[in-house]
Amino acid sequence: MPYDLEFEKPLVELEKKMHALQRKGDHLKADERVQLQHMERELRWRTEEIYKNLTSWQTVQVARHKDRPYAADYIRLLCDDFFELHGDRVFGDDHAVMAGPAKLDGQKVMLICQQKGRDTKEKVFRNFGISHPEGYRKAHRLMQQAEKFGLPVICLIDTSGASPALEDEERGQAEAIAANLYLMARLQVPILAVVIGEGGSGGALAISVADRILMLEHSIYAVASPEAAASILWRDTSFAPQAAEAMRISARELHRLGLIDGLVPEPLGGAHRNHRLAATNLKAVLLKHLAELKQLSLDELLEKRYRKFRTIGKHGKSVGSNMLRANT
Amino acid sequence: MVKEAAVPSTGQTWTQPGMDGIGNVAVKCPKCKEILYGRDWEKNLRVCSRCDFHFKLTAYARIELLVDRGSFVELDADIISIDPLNFVSRSQPYTAKLGEEQNTTNLHEAVVSGHATIEKKPLALAVMDFRFIGGSMGSVVGEKITRTIELGIERRIPVLIVSASGGARMQEGLYSLMQMVKTSAALAKLGEAKIPYFSLLTDPTVGGVTASFATLGDVIIAEPGALVGFAGPRVIEGFMHTKLPEGVVSSEFALQHGMIDTVIHRRDLRYELGRLLNLYF
Repeated sequence: MPYDLEFEKPLVELEKKMHALQRKGDHLKADERVQLQHMERELRWRTEEIYKNLTSWQTVQVARHKDRPYAADYIRLLCDDFFELHGDRVFGDDHAVMAGPAKLDGQKVMLICQQKGRDTKEKVFRNFGISHPEGYRKAHRLMQQAEKFGLPVICLIDTSGASPALEDEERGQAEAIAANLYLMARLQVPILAVVIGEGGSGGALAISVADRILMLEHSIYAVASPEAAASILWRDTSFAPQAAEAMRISARELHRLGLIDGLVPEPLGGAHRNHRLAATNLKAVLLKHLAELKQLSLDELLEKRYRKFRTIGKHGKSVGSNMLRANT
Repeated sequence: MVKEAAVPSTGQTWTQPGMDGIGNVAVKCPKCKEILYGRDWEKNLRVCSRCDFHFKLTAYARIELLVDRGSFVELDADIISIDPLNFVSRSQPYTAKLGEEQNTTNLHEAVVSGHATIEKKPLALAVMDFRFIGGSMGSVVGEKITRTIELGIERRIPVLIVSASGGARMQEGLYSLMQMVKTSAALAKLGEAKIPYFSLLTDPTVGGVTASFATLGDVIIAEPGALVGFAGPRVIEGFMHTKLPEGVVSSEFALQHGMIDTVIHRRDLRYELGRLLNLYF
């Protein structure tokens, strides 16, 4: 897979030279073979170097990469079985959300995923992973079902946000999201949420109230998209890179801030370079957390989940009239 | 009213609809353009006497309007925002923005909370103030609202939250988004304790606040003509690339689509809330 992101430019030239040599195949001279090995090593460490130090805005580009594995890819690579269920039983079926019972390493779980769509046709079918209220209500229905049958819930998050069209207002987008927050806060089975690409605001949050919030190493999770924040706070969407940095939306920064519980390592140069390895990493992390959560009693599980969200937030105390700021 | 005196009399010419406006000689109704005499306008609870347009209220004015005289006790007034991300936009640090807002509004944050009585019935209440960074919800708003709900659980009294908000506060990043969960989780506990929660939506209530506590009320009430919805009209128009007809994304629109229980005129709010408290608790 060629390097195609802007910050990967230094790698492109090296890769080209490498390919030229590789094309020679068996006709390579001995010194060329050594040269090729050197190049491969150099490419590796330079990629490592770049990806170790990605800025928030560069992370946005990786998280939105057109070849990044989507939820459906992970389902295919992770699950022994997955039976997709449809519809919210109220209005319709939202194709941006794929959900149903699944088996992961022999364990029964309920999978709820946001799917963006790979080619144009699928993108349109999935509405680019932008959910209508029906998607959240389908998730709501199946989470209740998971509780009924004692299935842990695994949510894979990948959306730029919830759909803000007029039809979504008519069908209660805000209520659909709020209802999920309310349900998930007290749902009597373990919940794991993994941001696999983009965690876009309330649209992502609506299936992310979990005992463990995990993120792929180069994914993002934000209160508002960098573009939206830029247009509001900078009054110019071209400031999206600045907004991305200011809001600290990369998985690594959020992990450093203690806002998420863990990172899922990505293959060198991003998950899009090796879907299978990305899925293997994800599976290992999911199984580890599932095993840990299964050790907890129901009361412990719910109390820990409540405390986790109850304690998120930073505030100070005013002292006298001049509102001195003190960290608490 | 414990804190009423703290709201400054600006003495300036009224410029923005629904902002402070205390002490103005006259205001112009943004809807019907009628010129309203300041004193009449105040007496009419800042509702246009000609077209019933409801101006925005400050949190303290709202509390005075809703609760029994002298019954409000403010809690957690000393909690203030800090800047967890060292956020800077357009070369203005968030802390500077906070200081500016505190000076112009004389509020510590975008919500005032405590307990009071309505028609002698006790309740915990939190009232948002749109003047403070657009009533946006950051850590402090989330914390104060959560504490209000917890007060309801602790004392076994109903909870009333009056919303006026443009959504989650971007300057606190994911901390803000997570306040949606914090408040909703507290409401889930309130629900388990079988204590009623009343949500009053005022102009405007959109974004993260509607997608969390504001739409989780056992009873959801809105003031007439308020902008109420998930996204504001500009966001919807931007997304759909079309112009919206007049009056959509309003209280009446939400009522028509089954999203809220009722629309109540400002002058009737205290009485109707009193009735509800009696019916539920």
